[in-house]
Amino acid sequence: MAGRLKTILSRVAQAAPVVVGVVIVTFVLTRALPGDPAVYFAGAAADEASIAEIRTALGLDKSLPEQFVLYVGDLLRGDLGESISTGQPVVTELARRLPASLELTLTALLLSCGVAIPLGVLAATRPGSWADHLCRVLVTAGVSLPTFFTGLALIYVFYYLLGLAPTPIGRLDFIYLEPPRVTGFFLVDAALAGDWETWWGAARQIVLPAVTLALFTLAPICRITRAAMLQALSADFVRTARAAGLTRPTVIYRYAFHNAMLPVITTLGMVFSFTLGANVLVEKVFAWPGIGSYAVDALVVSDYAAVQGFVLAMALLFVALNLAIDIAYTLIDPRIGFEN
Amino acid sequence: MALLDIKELAVAFRTRRGTVEAVRGVSLEVARGETLAIVGESGSGKSVTSYALMRILDAGGTIRAGEITYGGMDLRRAAERDMADIRGREISMIFQNPRAALNPIRKVGRQIEDVLLRHGRATRQDARAKAIQAMEAVRIRDAASRYHAYPFELSGGMCQRVVIALALACDPKLLIADEPTTGLDVTTQKAVMDLVSELIRERGLSAILITHDLGLAAAYSDRVAVMRDGELVEQGPAAAIFADPQHPYSRKLVAATPREGVGIRELLPPEARTPAPPVQIGGRALLEVRRLTKTFEGEGAPVHAVKDVSFSIRESESVGLVGESGCGKSTTSAMIMRLLDPTAGEILFDGDDLAKTPSRRFARDPRRASLQLVFQDATDSLNPRFTARASIADPLARLGGLDRAARRRRVEELADLVGLPQPLLERFPHQLSGGQKARVGIARAIALEPKLLILDEPTAALDVSIQAVVLNLLADLKARLGMSYLFVSHDLQVVRLLCDRIVVMRGGEIVEQGPAERIMTAPESDYTRSLLDAVPKPPSGGAPTVPPPARAIAR
Repeated sequence: MAGRLKTILSRVAQAAPVVVGVVIVTFVLTRALPGDPAVYFAGAAADEASIAEIRTALGLDKSLPEQFVLYVGDLLRGDLGESISTGQPVVTELARRLPASLELTLTALLLSCGVAIPLGVLAATRPGSWADHLCRVLVTAGVSLPTFFTGLALIYVFYYLLGLAPTPIGRLDFIYLEPPRVTGFFLVDAALAGDWETWWGAARQIVLPAVTLALFTLAPICRITRAAMLQALSADFVRTARAAGLTRPTVIYRYAFHNAMLPVITTLGMVFSFTLGANVLVEKVFAWPGIGSYAVDALVVSDYAAVQGFVLAMALLFVALNLAIDIAYTLIDPRIGFEN
Repeated sequence: MALLDIKELAVAFRTRRGTVEAVRGVSLEVARGETLAIVGESGSGKSVTSYALMRILDAGGTIRAGEITYGGMDLRRAAERDMADIRGREISMIFQNPRAALNPIRKVGRQIEDVLLRHGRATRQDARAKAIQAMEAVRIRDAASRYHAYPFELSGGMCQRVVIALALACDPKLLIADEPTTGLDVTTQKAVMDLVSELIRERGLSAILITHDLGLAAAYSDRVAVMRDGELVEQGPAAAIFADPQHPYSRKLVAATPREGVGIRELLPPEARTPAPPVQIGGRALLEVRRLTKTFEGEGAPVHAVKDVSFSIRESESVGLVGESGCGKSTTSAMIMRLLDPTAGEILFDGDDLAKTPSRRFARDPRRASLQLVFQDATDSLNPRFTARASIADPLARLGGLDRAARRRRVEELADLVGLPQPLLERFPHQLSGGQKARVGIARAIALEPKLLILDEPTAALDVSIQAVVLNLLADLKARLGMSYLFVSHDLQVVRLLCDRIVVMRGGEIVEQGPAERIMTAPESDYTRSLLDAVPKPPSGGAPTVPPPARAIAR
């Protein structure tokens, strides 16, 4: 156990230089972008003088190293600057939008794991059965249908034709009040407040975008689960377990599935990262006030502070996620932490 | 009445290339308290027979015909639920490669508990105590703390003890041991087999020992059944099969088993025994290893893999490097091959110190061509996407400096030299048999006419009859091409056949070295003696068929 604790601590320590690197790269990258924010901010009628004035106000007239020092100083104080286009502090906006994206992504992943993992296990234990074929169809469909298409199709069927779904206009209909903010996840906050009417409203809103994303993430999870299970089931130790007379559920879950978990968790981490980045389209289709659409808008108008804040937040999130996966791995697999 | 009665068993597997009949009409009996050995080479159906009677055949395998009766019960038609009760409680199995046979991420004690709980031999409260008892029964010292170990924390021999504990935890009547010592060192093999036979005697078990090793079968069984291509060839008392094999295949198998007092040519069937070409051992040392040392610096204490090792190989001489796993023989050969940099010491090759060139740069060194390696696993050491021709031509293209047409001719020449039929040159590794792959590996190694060939357990993965052919091929090639060999192996009986001198290593140090005859007959060190004693001996008087001719190979 001491070995494992050491491994976990060293993984945490390894994350620190990554964070420093991320800060530097975000800064350099945003400065390297084409377009002059001062010109954009000053508007079409501005003259040289007013542009220079704005440039000074934004601190863009200083040299790059000076700007960097200022940037890091602000960062340490938790100040990510103000968005030029909205005039709001970037921290406030991220704090409001990031939970929206996270809530959507996590709900989608829960949904897709709930379907994909059992389906993958079934497909592996009964090759050639209906589950195996369903698995194959879902994987193909999930990969080949773009999210905006699935999203639009779902809206067309469930909102326009059947009228089952609410208007796709964000996290909550206007008739509800936002629940008191604790985690920023409406479903959690509403439940905490005991406001089940709002919870229901938020749940109705999130179903369609979550299903859209889930369909997209189903494919890799399902495929990896099936492959990992097939490999685990053909391993020698499964044969030993069978020869010892262990029951089929024990063999499949305690022996094969526990071992198959390892690749599945790795894939889950990867899927989570790319979903968080790739759900811009879904957010646009469902008018979801998430972090993806915020970043795209900021990028179009060279909104330095907002883009920097977004990239930084995402990078930190990825670092944290990878850390979490490493730790999960260490907890599941006793072999980690003993190799040099 | 016999405890187990198998009648006319037939097992078939559905594969992509059609149906394969793995077992065809096999009839066997095991009496109470009897140990039956099933002997055969790979693909003989010996393991499949036992999987069929346990009804744990891999997907696609079905019992086509026959009867399996165990203590009056029809196993072939028993319900799956009843079979699951029988497995582990009435009939148990132990397997080869014990570390892989255990769940890698579950404590070994818990794995034994799983079986105890499944068969109602323990309750949640006393499961741990009973699991520890089961571990103590297989002589695992300090079982209470080993209970918490994971398989990767235990040695191979210890893992096999855990597998045995698991198999015997619920007091079965019949134990099936499927190649239980493959992959273990000779001394560990002896310890494990002695333990198994002791437990069998103690508990009055019946047993089936499945093995490719005739010596092992003869030493640890009452009766031997020989299988080939899914059919039973011959069965009889262990001593009789060895002393007087009736079937031509049993005769061939007995003859091909390396054993005391038998020369390399005698392993082959009589009609294939050609007189061995004479070998003149030169007086000059080709390779001289002086005070070679390798220390691996890790996070913990430094590991002294090789300590102060010195020996030499003369021109056209074969030297065997023998020892158990972890003795440093592979590290030594990797340093001579210049794949690893020594911590200290000299490697004089033709008078030049190779250790002066860092291993990183040695790949481009002109002297690289004169040192070549034949690997242990003929399958894994071939690029699966290269044809045999491409594999053999690879070193020629890199170091040989030949043009395309010359390379083609040279590859064909080499194929003839190693006895690989030319049409097979266009095949990929998975389309070749084990022996053919070994030939490709050898052809690739001798393509550049090396002066020194390092053979790293080249026959360890081969069946005995193929091993006999490959060993003879190596002897012939050495005589024809005048190469020197460094033969790395754990098996003294195999090394003796090919080598003039033997170096025995243990714990990174040389225990003793000397002429092969002397080491085999009058070892000075106790360790060498224990290695020799650990090899299971076939019953003596085992000279089959024709009387042995005079030692065929000149020494």
